[in-house]
Amino acid sequence: MRWLVARRGRTGDGRGWHWTDIATWIWLIGGTILMFGPAIWLVLSSFKTPAGLAEFPPTLLPYTQQVVDMNGDEKPLFSVTLPDGSVRTMAELRRVGIVAQMVDPDAPDAEPVRVNIDERTPIRELRFATENYTEPFVHFDFLLFLRNSVFVTVMATIITLLTNSMAAFALSKYDFRGRNAVMLLIIATLMVPLSVILVPLYSVVSATGLMNTLWGVILPTVATPTGVFLLRQYMLTIPDELLDAARMDHASEWQIYWRIVLPLAAPALAVLAIFSVVWRWNDFLWPLVVLSRKELYTLQIGLNTYAGELNVQWHYILAMTVVAMIPVVLVFVFLQRFITAGIAGTGLK
Amino acid sequence: MAPLRWFARIVDIPLRAWQRMTGQGGMIALFLLPNMAIFSVFVLIPLGMNALYSTTGGVEFFLADRPYIGTAHYQRLMDCGNYLEPRSCRDDMFWIAVWNTARFVVLQVGLMTLAAMITALILNRAIPGKAFWRAVFFFPVLLSPVVVGLIWKWILQRQGLANLGMVELGLEPVNWLIDRFWAFAAAVGVSVWAHMGFYTLILLAGLQAIPRDLYEAAEMDGTPPFRVFYRITLPLLMPNLLVVLVLSLIRAVQIFDEAYVLTGGGPGTSTMFMTQYIYEQGFANLLRNPGLAAAASILMALVLVVLTLMQLWLSRRAGRS
Repeated sequence: MRWLVARRGRTGDGRGWHWTDIATWIWLIGGTILMFGPAIWLVLSSFKTPAGLAEFPPTLLPYTQQVVDMNGDEKPLFSVTLPDGSVRTMAELRRVGIVAQMVDPDAPDAEPVRVNIDERTPIRELRFATENYTEPFVHFDFLLFLRNSVFVTVMATIITLLTNSMAAFALSKYDFRGRNAVMLLIIATLMVPLSVILVPLYSVVSATGLMNTLWGVILPTVATPTGVFLLRQYMLTIPDELLDAARMDHASEWQIYWRIVLPLAAPALAVLAIFSVVWRWNDFLWPLVVLSRKELYTLQIGLNTYAGELNVQWHYILAMTVVAMIPVVLVFVFLQRFITAGIAGTGLK
Repeated sequence: MAPLRWFARIVDIPLRAWQRMTGQGGMIALFLLPNMAIFSVFVLIPLGMNALYSTTGGVEFFLADRPYIGTAHYQRLMDCGNYLEPRSCRDDMFWIAVWNTARFVVLQVGLMTLAAMITALILNRAIPGKAFWRAVFFFPVLLSPVVVGLIWKWILQRQGLANLGMVELGLEPVNWLIDRFWAFAAAVGVSVWAHMGFYTLILLAGLQAIPRDLYEAAEMDGTPPFRVFYRITLPLLMPNLLVVLVLSLIRAVQIFDEAYVLTGGGPGTSTMFMTQYIYEQGFANLLRNPGLAAAASILMALVLVVLTLMQLWLSRRAGRS
């Protein structure tokens, strides 16, 4: 257990706790709760029934009240303290004000007992309301949104990788007039945010007939200066002698790009691919502007629309939010090291 | 990978012919073409067109249908009795958005930089499981703004987890998203939560680049830790810290998604920010006015250009030192 209390490591004695060690652990553990907690709370809540969600104070795990089938009706079960002090499991027939009419579920025809509602507690069981996940597939266009999102993400990422790497190859491996001008143009627009060109971009997209198509979402996002810049910086480190050797062997310029430079730039391509997936999957403002037909909505837009329309149906919204979170969580779990190294090294996002 | 190989082989045949015809120059053009064409159509041309939009009126999007009206949009946006008081302005919503954004930027960047700084300093200590802790703080960065907005909307609603906490602490529940003050605070807090990890990483990278022996020397001299921080850590971290400040300023000026999902700009106009103003003027309002939206976006772009130039200047200076 020594590693648990390993401390600053800089002090001479290496024993005993300094107040900063305690502050460190408070910060780390508090941070973990604050950073992971909300997402975990979302996942736990997404398995609750509407009644469970409306409960205050909320429970951590999804509990639902047990019910019993009585002549075709489902009646809730309670643990009742009877006037004589005995405790029994009974079903509620109906409730008037603070008085409930309870009956033994095993003897449904017996005379109902009148009980004050303070004298009973609901019998609850742990139950995961998976119908929150399955029903949106049937009742809403959830599957359609999911498909749109996947299409946009995959297509945009493939095109981004291909066009950006071609441009980066030209800008790093050839010396030509105007190269610096092109680079300058790219660096100058690195920081042009979408919100600045929203109106003219909308009219360009509608003039090219891409309004209300998924390609209208994809194309404006693929020529990212960030991607060209990142790939070029990486390709500059590939020695030109390799290319010259290939030219000696009569390789075409395209073959040099495809067979030599692309495989060697794989780490940079991977970083860009991860980021492209995360960016496109998470896109919100631009799809919101381009897409006005519901069958074209991406998951993010659909989700936001639901949250506005079905404000009471939190059980569906939470479940769909969890689904929207899944790809990103997978990326996080498997590629976290890779991403953090990529960011720390390049400041890319 | 076989389809990829086939793709490359089939593409190679016409390209080889092209290379024989035009030489290397033609190939360079070909490599640049796809990216530059898309870039021009969807970034450069819109960038130029923005100016045209801002000087034309009407509700049409097709430029030829829009009458030239000169600087009327800018005059309307800048027509103010007192710039600090939105109600005295002709376009009061614009100035409400401007001041909300300004307040947001100052608070969000300040709080986030502070939190990221503390976290980076802590993650730089000799603690076990560093990679894990780094990942913990980075996690929200990857979440989509809609997911972030909905998670917190769920937690901050009247009967949510946040109010359970308030009750447990013996306090009155708060109408987080209904009260003007708290809704704004929530927008700031949620934004800090969502983006802090990114800047923590940049600062951490800077901290790890500081040579160890400087600290060892300070320790030998018995320098108090506070002084070590002021004399060694802070000056050497300055380039990273400035980059973090400018990058997060650029991002904060454009705040939209999370706040829009969380509060929808409300209650009232308390979380109406500039990007939402542009979006609503351009697209969402019934009485939409694309010219006005373009003029507002150019004003916002001016702020961003200044910040971007600062960023370029800083990173060049950092690169030289």
